[in-house]
Amino acid sequence: MDMYQENIIDHGQHPHNWGLLEDFDMHAHDDNPLCGDQLEITIKLDVNERVVAVGWQGEGCTISQASASMLGDELLGKTLDEIKALSKDDILELLGIPISMTRIKCALLSLKVVKAAAYGLGEDE
Amino acid sequence: MTLDIQAVRQDFPILHQEVHPGKPLVFLDSAASSQKPRQVIDALEYYYTHSHANVHRGLHVLSEAATDAYEKARDKVQKFINAAHREEIIYTRNTTESMNLIVQSWGRANLSQGDVVILSVMEHHANLVPWQMLAAEKGFTIRYVPLCDDKTLNMDALKAFLREGNVKAVSLTHVSNVMGTVNPLKEIAALAHEAGAITIGDGAQAVPHMKVDVQDLDVDLYAFSGHKMCGPTGIGILYGKQAILDAMPPFMGGGDMISRVTLNGSTWNELPYKFEAGTPAIAEAVGIGAAVDYLSGLGMENIHAHGQELVEYAHDRLAEIPGLTLYNPDAPYRSGVATFTLPEAHAHDIAQILDSEGIAVRAGHHCAMPLHKEHFHIPATTRASFYLYNTTEEVDKLVDGIYKVKKLFNR
Repeated sequence: MDMYQENIIDHGQHPHNWGLLEDFDMHAHDDNPLCGDQLEITIKLDVNERVVAVGWQGEGCTISQASASMLGDELLGKTLDEIKALSKDDILELLGIPISMTRIKCALLSLKVVKAAAYGLGEDE
Repeated sequence: MTLDIQAVRQDFPILHQEVHPGKPLVFLDSAASSQKPRQVIDALEYYYTHSHANVHRGLHVLSEAATDAYEKARDKVQKFINAAHREEIIYTRNTTESMNLIVQSWGRANLSQGDVVILSVMEHHANLVPWQMLAAEKGFTIRYVPLCDDKTLNMDALKAFLREGNVKAVSLTHVSNVMGTVNPLKEIAALAHEAGAITIGDGAQAVPHMKVDVQDLDVDLYAFSGHKMCGPTGIGILYGKQAILDAMPPFMGGGDMISRVTLNGSTWNELPYKFEAGTPAIAEAVGIGAAVDYLSGLGMENIHAHGQELVEYAHDRLAEIPGLTLYNPDAPYRSGVATFTLPEAHAHDIAQILDSEGIAVRAGHHCAMPLHKEHFHIPATTRASFYLYNTTEEVDKLVDGIYKVKKLFNR
Protein backbone atom coordinates (compact mmCIF):
# COMPACT_ATOMS: atom_id res chain seq x y z
CA MET A 1 0.00 0.00 0.00
CA ASP A 2 2.13 2.85 -1.34
CA MET A 3 -0.01 5.64 0.04
CA TYR A 4 0.10 4.42 3.63
CA GLN A 5 3.81 4.54 4.31
CA GLU A 6 4.99 4.48 7.87
CA ASN A 7 5.80 8.20 8.11
CA ILE A 8 2.35 9.12 6.77
CA ILE A 9 0.61 6.98 9.35
CA ASP A 10 2.95 8.36 12.05
CA HIS A 11 2.07 11.93 11.12
CA GLY A 12 -1.61 10.98 11.01
CA GLN A 13 -1.53 9.35 14.42
CA HIS A 14 0.95 11.70 16.12
CA PRO A 15 0.51 15.03 14.36
CA HIS A 16 3.17 17.71 14.86
CA ASN A 17 2.19 21.23 15.93
CA TRP A 18 -1.11 19.93 17.27
CA GLY A 19 -3.36 22.37 19.14
CA LEU A 20 -4.32 25.95 18.34
CA LEU A 21 -2.04 28.82 19.47
CA GLU A 22 -3.51 31.30 21.93
CA ASP A 23 -1.33 34.07 20.53
CA PHE A 24 -1.34 34.14 16.74
CA ASP A 25 -1.24 36.52 13.78
CA MET A 26 -2.98 34.43 11.15
CA HIS A 27 -5.88 32.04 11.37
CA ALA A 28 -8.14 30.09 9.03
CA HIS A 29 -10.56 27.18 9.02
CA ASP A 30 -11.92 25.12 6.16
CA ASP A 31 -13.38 21.72 5.42
CA ASN A 32 -14.20 19.26 2.69
CA PRO A 33 -17.90 18.81 3.44
CA LEU A 34 -18.17 15.82 1.12
CA CYS A 35 -15.71 13.71 3.10
CA GLY A 36 -15.91 15.47 6.45
CA ASP A 37 -12.23 16.43 6.64
CA GLN A 38 -11.71 19.70 8.49
CA LEU A 39 -8.73 21.80 9.53
CA GLU A 40 -8.19 24.93 11.60
CA ILE A 41 -4.78 26.59 11.73
CA THR A 42 -3.12 29.39 13.69
CA ILE A 43 0.26 30.91 12.75
CA LYS A 44 2.53 33.25 14.75
CA LEU A 45 5.01 35.53 12.97
CA ASP A 46 8.04 37.38 14.33
CA VAL A 47 8.87 41.04 13.57
CA ASN A 48 10.44 40.01 10.26
CA GLU A 49 7.27 38.21 9.22
CA ARG A 50 8.84 34.80 9.65
CA VAL A 51 6.79 31.94 11.09
CA VAL A 52 7.83 31.18 14.66
CA ALA A 53 4.96 28.94 15.66
CA VAL A 54 2.20 26.90 14.02
CA GLY A 55 -0.75 25.31 15.78
CA TRP A 56 -3.57 23.42 14.18
CA GLN A 57 -6.37 21.03 14.91
CA GLY A 58 -8.66 19.05 12.72
CA GLU A 59 -10.20 15.73 11.91
CA GLY A 60 -10.40 13.57 8.85
CA CYS A 61 -8.57 10.90 6.96
CA THR A 62 -4.91 10.09 7.46
CA ILE A 63 -3.88 11.84 4.25
CA SER A 64 -5.48 15.16 5.19
CA GLN A 65 -4.14 15.07 8.74
CA ALA A 66 -0.64 13.92 7.80
CA SER A 67 -0.49 16.62 5.16
CA ALA A 68 -1.32 19.28 7.78
CA SER A 69 1.23 17.85 10.19
CA MET A 70 4.01 17.88 7.60
CA LEU A 71 3.10 21.27 6.17
CA GLY A 72 3.11 22.78 9.69
CA ASP A 73 6.74 21.70 10.12
CA GLU A 74 7.56 23.12 6.71
CA LEU A 75 6.09 26.54 7.55
CA LEU A 76 8.41 27.16 10.51
CA GLY A 77 11.00 29.79 9.54
CA LYS A 78 9.27 30.72 6.28
CA THR A 79 8.30 34.28 5.43
CA LEU A 80 4.80 35.32 4.57
CA ASP A 81 5.82 35.67 0.93
CA GLU A 82 7.34 32.20 0.93
CA ILE A 83 4.08 30.79 2.31
CA LYS A 84 2.13 32.57 -0.40
CA ALA A 85 4.43 31.00 -2.98
CA LEU A 86 3.80 27.41 -1.80
CA SER A 87 2.30 25.25 -4.53
CA LYS A 88 0.39 22.03 -4.89
CA ASP A 89 3.59 20.34 -6.05
CA ASP A 90 5.37 21.39 -2.85
CA ILE A 91 2.75 19.54 -0.79
CA LEU A 92 2.85 16.44 -2.98
CA GLU A 93 6.65 16.43 -2.72
CA LEU A 94 6.39 16.80 1.05
CA LEU A 95 4.05 13.82 1.28
CA GLY A 96 6.27 11.84 -1.07
CA ILE A 97 3.57 9.28 -1.88
CA PRO A 98 1.44 8.67 -4.95
CA ILE A 99 -1.86 10.49 -4.41
CA SER A 100 -4.78 9.23 -6.44
CA MET A 101 -7.16 11.65 -8.15
CA THR A 102 -9.88 11.02 -5.59
CA ARG A 103 -7.59 11.82 -2.65
CA ILE A 104 -6.01 15.00 -3.97
CA LYS A 105 -8.55 17.13 -2.10
CA CYS A 106 -7.57 15.42 1.16
CA ALA A 107 -3.88 16.06 0.50
CA LEU A 108 -4.36 19.71 -0.41
CA LEU A 109 -6.81 20.81 2.31
CA SER A 110 -3.87 21.91 4.49
CA LEU A 111 -2.47 24.11 1.73
CA LYS A 112 -5.89 25.64 1.15
CA VAL A 113 -6.24 26.55 4.82
CA VAL A 114 -2.67 27.89 5.09
CA LYS A 115 -3.18 30.05 1.99
CA ALA A 116 -6.46 31.39 3.40
CA ALA A 117 -4.61 32.31 6.60
CA ALA A 118 -1.71 33.92 4.70
CA TYR A 119 -4.03 36.04 2.62
CA GLY A 120 -6.14 36.99 5.64
CA LEU A 121 -9.18 35.18 4.36
CA GLY A 122 -9.71 33.11 7.46
CA GLU A 123 -11.50 35.57 9.70
CA ASP A 124 -14.82 35.50 7.93
CA GLU A 125 -15.38 31.81 8.49
CA MET B 1 -34.51 -23.24 -5.96
CA THR B 2 -31.41 -21.35 -5.00
CA LEU B 3 -29.16 -19.23 -7.18
CA ASP B 4 -26.22 -20.89 -8.87
CA ILE B 5 -23.85 -18.05 -8.03
CA GLN B 6 -20.99 -19.30 -10.16
CA ALA B 7 -23.32 -19.39 -13.17
CA VAL B 8 -24.63 -15.92 -12.30
CA ARG B 9 -21.05 -14.61 -12.07
CA GLN B 10 -20.36 -15.92 -15.57
CA ASP B 11 -23.09 -13.55 -16.81
CA PHE B 12 -21.12 -10.50 -15.57
CA PRO B 13 -18.01 -10.02 -17.72
CA ILE B 14 -16.68 -7.10 -15.65
CA LEU B 15 -16.25 -9.27 -12.56
CA HIS B 16 -13.52 -11.36 -14.14
CA GLN B 17 -10.59 -9.02 -13.93
CA GLU B 18 -7.65 -8.19 -11.72
CA VAL B 19 -7.88 -4.57 -10.62
CA HIS B 20 -4.33 -4.61 -9.24
CA PRO B 21 -1.65 -7.17 -10.07
CA GLY B 22 -2.69 -10.43 -8.40
CA LYS B 23 -5.82 -8.86 -6.93
CA PRO B 24 -9.07 -10.01 -8.55
CA LEU B 25 -11.98 -7.60 -8.31
CA VAL B 26 -14.24 -8.01 -5.28
CA PHE B 27 -17.09 -5.67 -6.12
CA LEU B 28 -18.95 -4.63 -2.98
CA ASP B 29 -20.39 -1.33 -4.20
CA SER B 30 -23.60 -2.41 -5.91
CA ALA B 31 -25.77 -0.14 -3.76
CA ALA B 32 -24.12 2.74 -5.62
CA SER B 33 -24.50 1.05 -9.00
CA SER B 34 -24.76 -2.61 -9.90
CA GLN B 35 -22.77 -4.35 -12.61
CA LYS B 36 -24.44 -5.42 -15.86
CA PRO B 37 -25.02 -8.95 -17.11
CA ARG B 38 -24.13 -9.95 -20.67
CA GLN B 39 -27.87 -10.17 -21.41
CA VAL B 40 -28.33 -6.43 -20.77
CA ILE B 41 -25.15 -5.45 -22.61
CA ASP B 42 -26.27 -7.57 -25.58
CA ALA B 43 -29.75 -6.00 -25.57
CA LEU B 44 -28.18 -2.53 -25.85
CA GLU B 45 -25.86 -3.65 -28.62
CA TYR B 46 -28.68 -5.40 -30.49
CA TYR B 47 -30.89 -2.33 -30.23
CA TYR B 48 -28.22 -0.01 -31.62
CA THR B 49 -27.18 -2.52 -34.26
CA HIS B 50 -30.67 -3.35 -35.54
CA SER B 51 -33.50 -1.18 -34.25
CA HIS B 52 -32.52 2.40 -33.48
CA ALA B 53 -34.57 5.37 -34.65
CA ASN B 54 -36.55 7.95 -32.74
CA VAL B 55 -39.69 6.62 -31.08
CA HIS B 56 -43.34 7.49 -31.79
CA ARG B 57 -44.70 9.12 -34.94
CA GLY B 58 -41.95 7.81 -37.24
CA LEU B 59 -43.62 6.19 -40.23
CA HIS B 60 -40.84 3.81 -41.06
CA VAL B 61 -39.69 0.36 -40.05
CA LEU B 62 -36.94 1.37 -37.67
CA SER B 63 -39.06 3.88 -35.81
CA GLU B 64 -41.68 1.20 -35.34
CA ALA B 65 -39.08 -1.26 -34.14
CA ALA B 66 -37.66 1.26 -31.67
CA THR B 67 -41.12 2.24 -30.43
CA ASP B 68 -42.05 -1.40 -30.03
CA ALA B 69 -38.92 -2.17 -28.01
CA TYR B 70 -39.35 0.97 -25.89
CA GLU B 71 -42.98 0.21 -25.09
CA LYS B 72 -42.45 -3.52 -24.51
CA ALA B 73 -39.87 -2.61 -21.87
CA ARG B 74 -42.56 -0.51 -20.16
CA ASP B 75 -44.84 -3.54 -20.07
CA LYS B 76 -42.05 -5.58 -18.50
CA VAL B 77 -41.49 -2.99 -15.78
CA GLN B 78 -45.25 -2.80 -15.16
CA LYS B 79 -45.44 -6.54 -14.64
CA PHE B 80 -42.23 -6.57 -12.57
CA ILE B 81 -43.66 -4.24 -9.90
CA ASN B 82 -47.27 -5.35 -10.49
CA ALA B 83 -48.63 -1.95 -11.48
CA ALA B 84 -52.31 -2.02 -12.48
CA HIS B 85 -51.80 -0.16 -15.77
CA ARG B 86 -48.93 0.36 -18.20
CA GLU B 87 -49.72 4.10 -18.22
CA GLU B 88 -48.60 4.21 -14.60
CA ILE B 89 -44.96 3.57 -15.58
CA ILE B 90 -43.12 6.80 -16.42
CA TYR B 91 -39.58 6.68 -17.75
CA THR B 92 -37.23 9.15 -16.08
CA ARG B 93 -33.45 9.45 -15.90
CA ASN B 94 -33.05 7.97 -12.39
CA THR B 95 -34.61 7.91 -8.91
CA THR B 96 -33.45 11.48 -8.29
CA GLU B 97 -35.28 12.74 -11.38
CA SER B 98 -38.38 10.77 -10.37
CA MET B 99 -38.31 12.41 -6.94
CA ASN B 100 -37.83 15.86 -8.46
CA LEU B 101 -40.73 15.18 -10.81
CA ILE B 102 -42.94 14.29 -7.85
CA VAL B 103 -41.94 17.35 -5.85
CA GLN B 104 -42.10 19.83 -8.73
CA SER B 105 -45.34 18.48 -10.18
CA TRP B 106 -47.40 17.02 -7.33
CA GLY B 107 -45.76 19.13 -4.62
CA ARG B 108 -46.05 22.44 -6.43
CA ALA B 109 -49.72 21.81 -7.20
CA ASN B 110 -50.71 20.56 -3.76
CA LEU B 111 -48.56 22.15 -1.04
CA SER B 112 -48.77 25.54 0.61
CA GLN B 113 -48.24 27.21 3.98
CA GLY B 114 -49.65 25.19 6.86
CA ASP B 115 -49.23 21.86 5.08
CA VAL B 116 -46.88 19.18 6.38
CA VAL B 117 -44.69 16.69 4.50
CA ILE B 118 -43.21 13.83 6.51
CA LEU B 119 -39.72 12.57 5.65
CA SER B 120 -37.21 10.76 7.87
CA VAL B 121 -33.63 11.29 9.05
CA MET B 122 -32.51 8.24 7.04
CA GLU B 123 -33.43 9.70 3.66
CA HIS B 124 -31.06 9.94 0.71
CA HIS B 125 -30.49 13.52 -0.44
CA ALA B 126 -32.75 12.77 -3.43
CA ASN B 127 -35.71 12.60 -1.04
CA LEU B 128 -34.57 15.58 1.05
CA VAL B 129 -33.20 18.36 -1.09
CA PRO B 130 -36.08 18.64 -3.62
CA TRP B 131 -38.57 18.99 -0.74
CA GLN B 132 -36.38 21.54 1.05
CA MET B 133 -36.09 23.58 -2.16
CA LEU B 134 -39.87 23.68 -2.64
CA ALA B 135 -40.55 24.28 1.07
CA ALA B 136 -38.33 27.38 0.96
CA GLU B 137 -40.57 28.68 -1.81
CA LYS B 138 -44.00 27.51 -0.66
CA GLY B 139 -43.62 27.69 3.10
CA PHE B 140 -44.91 24.23 3.99
CA THR B 141 -43.39 22.32 6.92
CA ILE B 142 -41.14 19.25 6.73
CA ARG B 143 -41.16 16.87 9.70
CA TYR B 144 -38.41 14.25 9.99
CA VAL B 145 -39.23 10.90 11.59
CA PRO B 146 -36.35 9.91 13.91
CA LEU B 147 -34.85 6.45 14.30
CA CYS B 148 -35.18 4.00 17.15
CA ASP B 149 -32.00 2.76 18.85
CA ASP B 150 -32.20 -0.41 16.75
CA LYS B 151 -31.89 1.72 13.56
CA THR B 152 -35.44 1.16 12.44
CA LEU B 153 -37.90 3.95 11.76
CA ASN B 154 -39.63 5.28 14.89
CA MET B 155 -43.20 4.37 14.02
CA ASP B 156 -44.60 6.00 17.18
CA ALA B 157 -43.11 9.32 16.10
CA LEU B 158 -44.53 8.87 12.61
CA LYS B 159 -47.99 8.18 14.07
CA ALA B 160 -47.69 11.24 16.31
CA PHE B 161 -46.83 13.45 13.33
CA LEU B 162 -49.82 12.08 11.44
CA ARG B 163 -52.12 12.77 14.41
CA GLU B 164 -51.04 16.41 14.50
CA GLY B 165 -52.87 16.88 11.19
CA ASN B 166 -52.33 18.81 7.95
CA VAL B 167 -50.05 16.07 6.60
CA LYS B 168 -50.32 15.99 2.82
CA ALA B 169 -47.57 13.51 1.99
CA VAL B 170 -45.39 10.88 3.66
CA SER B 171 -42.29 10.38 1.54
CA LEU B 172 -39.92 7.69 2.78
CA THR B 173 -37.23 5.42 1.55
CA HIS B 174 -38.34 1.79 1.23
CA VAL B 175 -34.81 0.58 2.08
CA SER B 176 -32.10 2.82 3.58
CA ASN B 177 -29.06 3.07 1.33
CA VAL B 178 -26.79 3.46 4.37
CA MET B 179 -28.16 1.02 6.95
CA GLY B 180 -30.18 -1.29 4.75
CA THR B 181 -33.15 -0.74 7.05
CA VAL B 182 -36.34 -2.02 5.39
CA ASN B 183 -39.21 0.28 6.27
CA PRO B 184 -42.75 -1.16 6.62
CA LEU B 185 -44.05 0.79 3.64
CA LYS B 186 -47.35 -1.08 3.43
CA GLU B 187 -48.21 -0.28 7.03
CA ILE B 188 -47.02 3.31 6.55
CA ALA B 189 -49.19 3.74 3.45
CA ALA B 190 -52.24 2.55 5.37
CA LEU B 191 -51.53 4.98 8.22
CA ALA B 192 -50.90 7.86 5.81
CA HIS B 193 -54.10 7.19 3.87
CA GLU B 194 -56.07 7.10 7.12
CA ALA B 195 -54.66 10.57 7.85
CA GLY B 196 -55.56 11.81 4.37
CA ALA B 197 -51.98 11.92 3.08
CA ILE B 198 -50.45 10.31 0.04
CA THR B 199 -47.48 7.92 0.34
CA ILE B 200 -44.34 8.24 -1.74
CA GLY B 201 -41.71 5.50 -1.74
CA ASP B 202 -38.04 5.78 -2.71
CA GLY B 203 -37.47 2.28 -4.01
CA ALA B 204 -33.90 2.68 -5.31
CA GLN B 205 -32.49 0.11 -2.85
CA ALA B 206 -35.60 -2.05 -2.66
CA VAL B 207 -36.50 -2.97 -6.23
CA PRO B 208 -33.08 -4.58 -7.00
CA HIS B 209 -33.29 -6.85 -3.95
CA MET B 210 -36.86 -7.91 -3.28
CA LYS B 211 -40.19 -8.50 -4.93
CA VAL B 212 -41.93 -5.12 -4.91
CA ASP B 213 -45.66 -5.11 -5.55
CA VAL B 214 -46.87 -1.52 -5.72
CA GLN B 215 -50.54 -2.53 -5.51
CA ASP B 216 -49.94 -4.61 -2.41
CA LEU B 217 -47.90 -1.80 -0.81
CA ASP B 218 -50.68 0.61 -1.87
CA VAL B 219 -48.15 3.43 -2.31
CA ASP B 220 -49.31 6.35 -4.43
CA LEU B 221 -45.99 7.21 -6.04
CA TYR B 222 -42.81 5.14 -6.16
CA ALA B 223 -39.39 5.81 -7.68
CA PHE B 224 -36.39 3.65 -8.62
CA SER B 225 -33.38 3.48 -10.93
CA GLY B 226 -32.39 1.04 -13.65
CA HIS B 227 -28.67 1.08 -12.95
CA LYS B 228 -28.94 -0.38 -9.46
CA MET B 229 -30.88 -3.42 -10.76
CA CYS B 230 -28.53 -4.61 -13.51
CA GLY B 231 -29.85 -2.10 -16.04
CA PRO B 232 -28.05 0.80 -17.72
CA THR B 233 -27.48 4.25 -16.25
CA GLY B 234 -29.71 7.05 -17.52
CA ILE B 235 -33.03 5.26 -17.03
CA GLY B 236 -35.26 5.49 -13.97
CA ILE B 237 -38.88 4.78 -13.25
CA LEU B 238 -41.64 6.75 -11.66
CA TYR B 239 -44.67 4.65 -10.77
CA GLY B 240 -47.85 6.48 -9.84
CA LYS B 241 -51.48 5.55 -9.39
CA GLN B 242 -53.27 6.63 -12.52
CA ALA B 243 -55.67 9.02 -10.79
CA ILE B 244 -52.80 10.81 -9.08
CA LEU B 245 -50.64 11.04 -12.20
CA ASP B 246 -53.65 12.24 -14.20
CA ALA B 247 -54.22 15.09 -11.78
CA MET B 248 -50.55 16.12 -11.75
CA PRO B 249 -49.39 18.89 -14.11
CA PRO B 250 -46.49 18.17 -16.47
CA PHE B 251 -42.94 18.40 -15.13
CA MET B 252 -41.09 19.41 -18.28
CA GLY B 253 -42.49 20.85 -21.48
CA GLY B 254 -41.44 19.95 -25.00
CA GLY B 255 -41.99 17.39 -27.69
CA ASP B 256 -43.89 14.15 -27.00
CA MET B 257 -45.65 15.49 -23.89
CA ILE B 258 -48.24 17.57 -25.75
CA SER B 259 -51.33 16.66 -27.70
CA ARG B 260 -51.83 20.06 -29.36
CA VAL B 261 -49.67 23.19 -29.42
CA THR B 262 -50.82 26.62 -30.56
CA LEU B 263 -49.12 29.96 -30.21
CA ASN B 264 -51.57 30.72 -27.40
CA GLY B 265 -50.97 27.57 -25.40
CA SER B 266 -50.89 23.79 -25.38
CA THR B 267 -52.79 20.78 -24.18
CA TRP B 268 -51.09 17.79 -22.62
CA ASN B 269 -50.65 14.33 -23.97
CA GLU B 270 -52.15 11.38 -22.10
CA LEU B 271 -50.22 9.21 -19.64
CA PRO B 272 -47.46 8.19 -19.61
CA TYR B 273 -46.28 10.58 -22.34
CA LYS B 274 -47.38 13.69 -20.44
CA PHE B 275 -44.27 13.18 -18.32
CA GLU B 276 -41.85 12.11 -21.06
CA ALA B 277 -40.83 15.33 -22.80
CA GLY B 278 -38.23 15.16 -25.54
CA THR B 279 -36.44 12.19 -27.06
CA PRO B 280 -36.21 9.67 -24.23
CA ALA B 281 -33.41 7.28 -23.31
CA ILE B 282 -34.67 4.63 -25.73
CA ALA B 283 -31.78 2.17 -25.59
CA GLU B 284 -31.67 2.51 -21.82
CA ALA B 285 -35.39 1.73 -21.60
CA VAL B 286 -34.74 -1.37 -23.69
CA GLY B 287 -31.89 -2.09 -21.26
CA ILE B 288 -34.09 -1.88 -18.16
CA GLY B 289 -36.49 -4.25 -19.89
CA ALA B 290 -33.63 -6.71 -20.40
CA ALA B 291 -32.63 -6.26 -16.75
CA VAL B 292 -36.18 -7.05 -15.64
CA ASP B 293 -36.10 -10.19 -17.80
CA TYR B 294 -32.78 -11.18 -16.29
CA LEU B 295 -33.84 -10.68 -12.66
CA SER B 296 -37.24 -12.31 -13.25
CA GLY B 297 -35.54 -15.28 -14.90
CA LEU B 298 -33.47 -15.87 -11.77
CA GLY B 299 -36.47 -15.14 -9.54
CA MET B 300 -36.68 -12.20 -7.16
CA GLU B 301 -37.38 -14.59 -4.27
CA ASN B 302 -34.06 -16.34 -4.94
CA ILE B 303 -32.20 -13.05 -5.30
CA HIS B 304 -33.71 -11.86 -2.03
CA ALA B 305 -32.83 -15.08 -0.23
CA HIS B 306 -29.24 -14.91 -1.47
CA GLY B 307 -28.99 -11.26 -0.38
CA GLN B 308 -30.28 -12.07 3.09
CA GLU B 309 -27.84 -14.94 3.44
CA LEU B 310 -24.89 -12.73 2.43
CA VAL B 311 -25.89 -9.87 4.71
CA GLU B 312 -26.30 -12.20 7.65
CA TYR B 313 -22.94 -13.82 6.99
CA ALA B 314 -21.26 -10.41 6.57
CA HIS B 315 -22.74 -9.07 9.78
CA ASP B 316 -21.67 -12.13 11.75
CA ARG B 317 -18.13 -11.96 10.38
CA LEU B 318 -17.75 -8.18 10.77
CA ALA B 319 -19.11 -8.29 14.32
CA GLU B 320 -16.12 -10.50 15.24
CA ILE B 321 -13.66 -7.69 14.41
CA PRO B 322 -12.48 -5.92 17.59
CA GLY B 323 -13.59 -2.30 17.80
CA LEU B 324 -15.67 -2.38 14.62
CA THR B 325 -19.06 -0.65 14.86
CA LEU B 326 -21.90 -1.73 12.58
CA TYR B 327 -24.67 0.67 11.53
CA ASN B 328 -27.31 -1.82 10.46
CA PRO B 329 -30.46 -3.08 12.12
CA ASP B 330 -30.93 -6.71 13.06
CA ALA B 331 -32.63 -9.23 10.79
CA PRO B 332 -35.20 -9.19 9.31
CA TYR B 333 -35.21 -5.38 9.02
CA ARG B 334 -32.11 -5.09 6.86
CA SER B 335 -31.14 -5.57 3.26
CA GLY B 336 -28.09 -5.49 1.06
CA VAL B 337 -25.45 -3.61 3.04
CA ALA B 338 -22.96 -3.79 5.89
CA THR B 339 -21.91 -0.32 7.02
CA PHE B 340 -19.21 0.21 9.61
CA THR B 341 -16.54 2.35 11.22
CA LEU B 342 -13.23 1.46 12.84
CA PRO B 343 -11.80 3.46 15.74
CA GLU B 344 -8.29 3.55 14.30
CA ALA B 345 -8.94 4.50 10.68
CA HIS B 346 -11.06 7.04 8.80
CA ALA B 347 -13.59 5.66 6.30
CA HIS B 348 -11.59 6.97 3.35
CA ASP B 349 -8.41 5.30 4.57
CA ILE B 350 -10.29 2.03 5.01
CA ALA B 351 -11.75 2.19 1.50
CA GLN B 352 -8.39 3.09 -0.03
CA ILE B 353 -6.58 0.21 1.64
CA LEU B 354 -9.38 -2.23 0.74
CA ASP B 355 -9.07 -1.04 -2.86
CA SER B 356 -5.39 -1.98 -2.84
CA GLU B 357 -6.62 -5.51 -2.07
CA GLY B 358 -9.00 -5.36 -5.04
CA ILE B 359 -12.05 -4.77 -2.86
CA ALA B 360 -14.41 -2.01 -4.01
CA VAL B 361 -16.45 -0.45 -1.18
CA ARG B 362 -17.79 3.05 -0.67
CA ALA B 363 -16.73 5.55 1.99
CA GLY B 364 -18.36 8.82 2.97
CA HIS B 365 -21.87 9.87 3.89
CA HIS B 366 -23.49 7.99 0.97
CA CYS B 367 -25.68 10.98 0.09
CA ALA B 368 -27.24 10.85 3.55
CA MET B 369 -25.44 13.67 5.37
CA PRO B 370 -28.15 14.29 7.99
CA LEU B 371 -28.12 10.62 9.03
CA HIS B 372 -24.35 10.72 9.55
CA LYS B 373 -23.87 14.19 11.04
CA GLU B 374 -27.13 14.78 12.89
CA HIS B 375 -28.08 11.27 13.97
CA PHE B 376 -24.89 9.21 14.32
CA HIS B 377 -22.63 12.29 14.78
CA ILE B 378 -19.87 10.85 12.63
CA PRO B 379 -18.35 12.29 9.45
CA ALA B 380 -18.35 9.12 7.38
CA THR B 381 -18.87 5.37 7.26
CA THR B 382 -17.56 2.59 5.05
CA ARG B 383 -20.25 0.62 3.25
CA ALA B 384 -19.94 -2.81 1.69
CA SER B 385 -22.99 -3.62 -0.41
CA PHE B 386 -23.91 -6.99 -1.83
CA TYR B 387 -25.79 -8.21 -4.83
CA LEU B 388 -26.73 -11.40 -6.59
CA TYR B 389 -23.19 -12.04 -7.90
CA ASN B 390 -21.41 -11.74 -4.55
CA THR B 391 -20.23 -14.72 -2.53
CA THR B 392 -19.40 -15.52 1.07
CA GLU B 393 -15.76 -15.94 -0.05
CA GLU B 394 -15.82 -12.28 -1.06
CA VAL B 395 -17.12 -11.38 2.41
CA ASP B 396 -14.15 -13.31 3.83
CA LYS B 397 -11.82 -11.23 1.65
CA LEU B 398 -13.46 -8.08 2.98
CA VAL B 399 -12.86 -9.25 6.54
CA ASP B 400 -9.22 -10.10 5.76
CA GLY B 401 -8.88 -6.64 4.18
CA ILE B 402 -10.21 -4.96 7.31
CA TYR B 403 -7.67 -6.84 9.41
CA LYS B 404 -4.97 -5.49 7.05
CA VAL B 405 -6.25 -1.96 7.74
CA LYS B 406 -6.07 -2.61 11.47
CA LYS B 407 -2.55 -3.99 11.19
CA LEU B 408 -1.38 -0.96 9.22
CA PHE B 409 -2.78 1.47 11.77
CA ASN B 410 -1.77 -0.43 14.90
CA ARG B 411 1.88 -1.11 14.16
